Amino acid sequence: MTDFAEDSVLVLVDVMPSGGLAKSAAGLLGAAASIGTPVALVVTEPGKSAGAAEQAAALGAARVLIADSADASVLTVPAVDALAAAAELVRPDAVLLSNSIEGRDAAGRFAARTRSGLAVDVVGVSRDDEGVVAHHSVYGGAYNVDSAVTFGAPVITVRQGAIDARAEAVAEPSVEQLSVTASGRQAATIESIDEAVVTSSRPELRGAGKVVSGGRGLGSKEQFELVERLADALGAAVGASRAAVDAGYVPQAHQVGQTGVSVSPQLYVALGISGAIQHRAGMQTAKAIVAINKDADAPIFDVADFGVVGDVFTVVPQLIAAIESKQK
Amino acid sequence: MKIVVLIKEVPDTYGERKLNIETGLADRGASEAVLDEIGERSVEVALSHADAHPGTEVVVLSMAPEGSAATIRKGLAMGAGSAVHVVDPGLVGADTGLTAEVLAAALRRVGFDLVIGGNVSTDGSGGVLPAMIAELLDVPSATSLNAVEITEDRVSGERASDAATMRVSATLPAVISVTERLPEGRFPNFKGIMAAKKKPFETVTLADLGIDPEAPEASRSIVIGVSEKPPREAGVKIVDEGDAGEQLAEFLAQNRLV
Ligand SMILES: Cc1cc2nc3c(=O)[nH]c(=O)nc-3n(C[C@H](O)[C@H](O)[C@H](O)COP(=O)(O)OP(=O)(O)OC[C@H]3O[C@@H](n4cnc5c(N)ncnc54)[C@H](O)[C@@H]3O)c2cc1C
Ligand SMILES: Nc1ncnc2c1ncn2[C@@H]1O[C@H](COP(=O)(O)O)[C@@H](O)[C@H]1O
Repeated sequence: MTDFAEDSVLVLVDVMPSGGLAKSAAGLLGAAASIGTPVALVVTEPGKSAGAAEQAAALGAARVLIADSADASVLTVPAVDALAAAAELVRPDAVLLSNSIEGRDAAGRFAARTRSGLAVDVVGVSRDDEGVVAHHSVYGGAYNVDSAVTFGAPVITVRQGAIDARAEAVAEPSVEQLSVTASGRQAATIESIDEAVVTSSRPELRGAGKVVSGGRGLGSKEQFELVERLADALGAAVGASRAAVDAGYVPQAHQVGQTGVSVSPQLYVALGISGAIQHRAGMQTAKAIVAINKDADAPIFDVADFGVVGDVFTVVPQLIAAIESKQK
Repeated sequence: MKIVVLIKEVPDTYGERKLNIETGLADRGASEAVLDEIGERSVEVALSHADAHPGTEVVVLSMAPEGSAATIRKGLAMGAGSAVHVVDPGLVGADTGLTAEVLAAALRRVGFDLVIGGNVSTDGSGGVLPAMIAELLDVPSATSLNAVEITEDRVSGERASDAATMRVSATLPAVISVTERLPEGRFPNFKGIMAAKKKPFETVTLADLGIDPEAPEASRSIVIGVSEKPPREAGVKIVDEGDAGEQLAEFLAQNRLV
């Protein structure tokens, strides 16, 4: 069990409360495969690991380590203990985690425990003569920054949806049970979990090819439906400004920007969004930006490839009709 | 109860933020420095508990360059009782690992029942420090809380996880981080600003904390390259004269986006 490839990259995949792998796993394993041999670590409740291991292999993990977390009510620490045991065993060139809430917590604790160098919210990884390099997009995409660690394996959290590379499926992965010694670190307790049920067939915001976002200009939760209609006509994900989230038009998970999700789609459509700098920080790296706003001076027009000074309630229905007739 | 709030000075997001292309460090002269908004919300969580529970001590703690004292003082003006500022030339360009070690050491020195930080800062967007600090202090971490309840010996709340919402709790001492779902921070009033001038403000160095920023056993993250992306340019802007929706559909079609 110690014959891990020289260039192993250890990947802690996020597992959903229901047992399946989180969507982020595909990009993580894709990134890992681009710099070495991916070894996936799956931490789940006993009995829930089989499906997850298979999924990890299908996404490119040649080897899968399974760690049973007997007490699912303990927050973060069991995953970190498993990661420490796996790193000890695999001696990887890098440790990759998702830049999700769970992934960041595990990465932070693991890096602090092992005094490893940590790179967060990375949008790409590569290798040079000296090892693994992490690529960051900072200040809303205004700068590209590369980082490396002074020695050892870097711990890297990868921005969800940022990696397009996918690893080839592994037909016959080796799946091993990992034995983990509990660190006994103090942890918080999970008292209950409400798994968010995915009710819509729309693409997920992170990593979506097209995004239609609405802002305060939509005026109400009912009228925000217009954003959803255009999103459906384009096959796009739904985003929002913080003002729209604060006003209760859409759940927080849809917030694009500085303190929300950063997206880099082929097409970003901003409806009734002024384009405050904190909003632009989350979307200005989109390939094409379209904005509709009735204020000709709205800053969103400074970054829009095609801007319409107009009322969303007249322009968007016409746009939807025109798209639908083109699609016929 | 003693609550320590971790606050950070950041470049104002409303301004143009710049990185020094040579050093990869934030160009502090380029934009105004402010107390991170999430830090104000964190202070607010502590103060609203203190309002309802006399005897609660609120301390603000920050690791920041010399010129940041005024920003830290804003925490005092809002109502915190004292401030601790870790400042040292050895901290220029500190990575998250060193920052966590410094803040953990400062917390040990100050003492705490509860530590409150922001879930992510607006400059680094790291979102890792609270968990790192909890690990170093061997206390529970309950991160990304959308709502917080504090009692004598516990902290609990709603945690926005990735695919789920969970209820979490931890016995004190503990570290939590809060999200922008929590209320905005209060404005310091004139009385608060005057009172802040007389409140204890301690400045601490790395030597005081017994920390060697170049400890050879710790691996650090370093910047090896920076480049600036050319700013985006505005494209076509039309005023709707009744057919903007159609023109827009045409633009999308030409660019193969429909
Ligand atoms: C630390 C910090 C972090 C932040 N993080 C984020 C973030 O992550 N994401 C984010 O979005 N914001 C963020 N903000 C908030 C940001 O500063 C703005 O307040 C917010 O983006 C404004 O949202 P908005 O454009 O929807 O609203 P507004 O600025 O109110 O703009 C509404 C726009 O709608 C237009 N409009 C109104 N009616 C119509 C109509 N019928 N047709 C067409 N146009 C119409 C108006 O002309 C206006 O331009 C942050 C702020 C701070 C301080
Ligand atoms: N230099 C610092 N001094 C004090 N607190 C900090 C510092 N850096 C980060 N923090 C705390 O950690 C939180 C998350 O920061 P970050 O990990 O940088 O996104 C912030 O909201 C602060 O509460």
